[in-house]
Amino acid sequence: MTASSPGTTPSSSGRSGPVPAPRPKFAAAARPELADTRMRRNLRGATAALRGREAAAAAETADWEDLREAGRAIKDDALLDLDSHLEELERAVTEAGGTVHWAADAAEARRVVTGLVRATGAKEVVKAASATTREIGLNDALARAGVTVRETGVAEMAVQLGEDAPSHLLSPAAHRDRAEIAELFRRAVPAAGPGLADDPEALAAAARAHLRDRFLRARVAVTGANFLVAETGTLVLLESEGNARMCLTLPETLISVAGIDKVVPTWDDMEVFLQLLPRSSTGDRMTPYVSSWTGVTPGDGPRALHLVLLDNGRTRALADEVGRAALRCIRCSACLNVCPVYERTGGRPYGPVHPGPIGAVLTPLTRGVESAADASLPYASTLCGACADVCPVKIDIPDMLVHLRGKVVESRRRRPVPTPEMALMRGLAWTMGDPRRHEAAVRRGARWARLLSRGGRIRRLPGLLGKWTEARDLPAPPPESFRGWWDRTRA
Amino acid sequence: MRVALSVACFDDVLFPGTAKAVTVLLERLGHEVAFPPGQTCCGQFHWTAGYHREAAGLARSHSAAFEGCEVVVAPSASCAATVRDDYPKIARTARDPGLARAAEALAVYELTEFLIDVLGVTDVGAYFPHRVTYHPSCRSLRILGVGDRPVRLLRAVRGLDLVELPSAEECCGFGGAFAMKNADVSVAMVADKVRHVRDTGADVVCAVDDSCLAHIGGALSRLRGGVRTMHLAEILAETGPA
Ligand code: SF4
Repeated sequence: MTASSPGTTPSSSGRSGPVPAPRPKFAAAARPELADTRMRRNLRGATAALRGREAAAAAETADWEDLREAGRAIKDDALLDLDSHLEELERAVTEAGGTVHWAADAAEARRVVTGLVRATGAKEVVKAASATTREIGLNDALARAGVTVRETGVAEMAVQLGEDAPSHLLSPAAHRDRAEIAELFRRAVPAAGPGLADDPEALAAAARAHLRDRFLRARVAVTGANFLVAETGTLVLLESEGNARMCLTLPETLISVAGIDKVVPTWDDMEVFLQLLPRSSTGDRMTPYVSSWTGVTPGDGPRALHLVLLDNGRTRALADEVGRAALRCIRCSACLNVCPVYERTGGRPYGPVHPGPIGAVLTPLTRGVESAADASLPYASTLCGACADVCPVKIDIPDMLVHLRGKVVESRRRRPVPTPEMALMRGLAWTMGDPRRHEAAVRRGARWARLLSRGGRIRRLPGLLGKWTEARDLPAPPPESFRGWWDRTRA
Repeated sequence: MRVALSVACFDDVLFPGTAKAVTVLLERLGHEVAFPPGQTCCGQFHWTAGYHREAAGLARSHSAAFEGCEVVVAPSASCAATVRDDYPKIARTARDPGLARAAEALAVYELTEFLIDVLGVTDVGAYFPHRVTYHPSCRSLRILGVGDRPVRLLRAVRGLDLVELPSAEECCGFGGAFAMKNADVSVAMVADKVRHVRDTGADVVCAVDDSCLAHIGGALSRLRGGVRTMHLAEILAETGPA
């Protein structure tokens, strides 16, 4: 099953493509994932390993906190004058021989890219990992236009061959173990042969062998970009397998799709991010392949370079004074690797775009909280704060989640009939707003609770609270509250 | 010193033993304990659930209840964190500078901070001959930064055998409304926490937040886990045979 097309939000033009069935709320989408014990074991293994590596990489850098602060400051400055940096970027890219396209939403970005591919006459494109192309549902759109998309990263290939949905920002197949991926390759990749081993090198080699002549024949490549340097019009991409570099250098036409939030003002800024990103994403000091390319050079590399700059709700997020800090995100995925909720559900319940803690804020920030699924995302967290601790650009995700929950509740207030939750929370606040009311209610409640209990424990609560007692007991309130004890012994 | 006690709304009803223990403990250390009667709830539940208007109302009445108190001690890290860390945000959201000023004037301490930082005691003279493990709750760990204060207090308890909890810093899955809105994930998380607790072989698991302990204890009780949950204050209040 492929992910539903994410572009058809109420805010974007929902004209192209069929209307997808509404996404389930987080809790419902998490249920089947929780039941998949193999997936959970794989994910726990993958995130625990990354967690350890990331912590070690951060610890060995003496000025890690200064680097984080610098990263935060650069991104905040970039976002503050985003329009002028983007104009500078466009000018620089154009001067270097490239073309910049602006896409307001996913549908427009799909149209632009599909049109560019069509114009080349190519029937096949090679593609490097990119969350942004995933965000706009590009593969499906190209398939509908009769273009075959070849994912070239091992993880993306595995997801594509397995007709799976990605679950991790950086390693979309983190929910699969190597044995499963090797099995998939043995079945679907003729070049792999039946004796394919399941170590990462063998898998990468099999992918490369499988793709070699495709790379050589490819006329069009589609990639993302990690950073866009405004002053020089340079696109920067970090990867570990080298397939993206092939995509950058071999084809005639290169199309890069990147969010407008990827812009950094100057080359100097890269010094900070080239330290922060690898350490936070894989725990490496440096990424194996760092590619940067500027415009086109006759006789070397692609003859045409197209940069598609995607908004798709980013300016909406920018308009939110608390939420805008989420646009600092450099997609390192460190927050996923420490999140206890993500560790148990994987990325899929967060919807088709961004998984994990950052997804729980970015998705409602860019799409709004109108749909029940998007409104459920800010609640997909215990607010434990582990994500804020590791974020290399210091995004206070828990703070943002609480802020977004406020928006969800505000949007519910306008309903003519309050939801049971709204009635309960208002009633509770009214009761607790006054000590006398509070005390009377507490006495009444405790009496009821004792009636429901057996052997000092409550095993079943009615109504909304029943969710608690599905798997947990609650102690029965003792006959005397603290207040009662105080009045009896001290007052 | 005259210490104003701030008792979490659910502690008052469900876990009165915690605040009683704090009272007994502080009196034993020679301090006068006051219980300002106007207090009800700090508003944390409403704030984190997104009911920000309601939270502002509760924050106003909570601050008013403690107005003029020299020090406020809360044997609940999450309530202390709410007053210290969230009240400025609640005030900003409600555009209420008066609330911001009132919140800033409150000197609120979580119990272990108060004992170690303000009173300067680590050995409170407790005796508790049991095997104990400690769960550092998220708000105590990451918002208040109580660090190893609770562990230092536990180490000074005579007869106590402190055992380390595996994956101690991982959230127990309570998270207020989360435990109900995402009950399945919450239960999966607490199941792991309970497994780690049982792996320690401890008789007692303690914390500085009864909310997390209600969650862990609720799961232990359902499993008939044989491990007791206690608030740290209840251990510190124990003196055993004289
Ligand atoms: S929010 Fe921070 S930790 Fe998470 S992916 Fe973005 S930069 Fe990394």
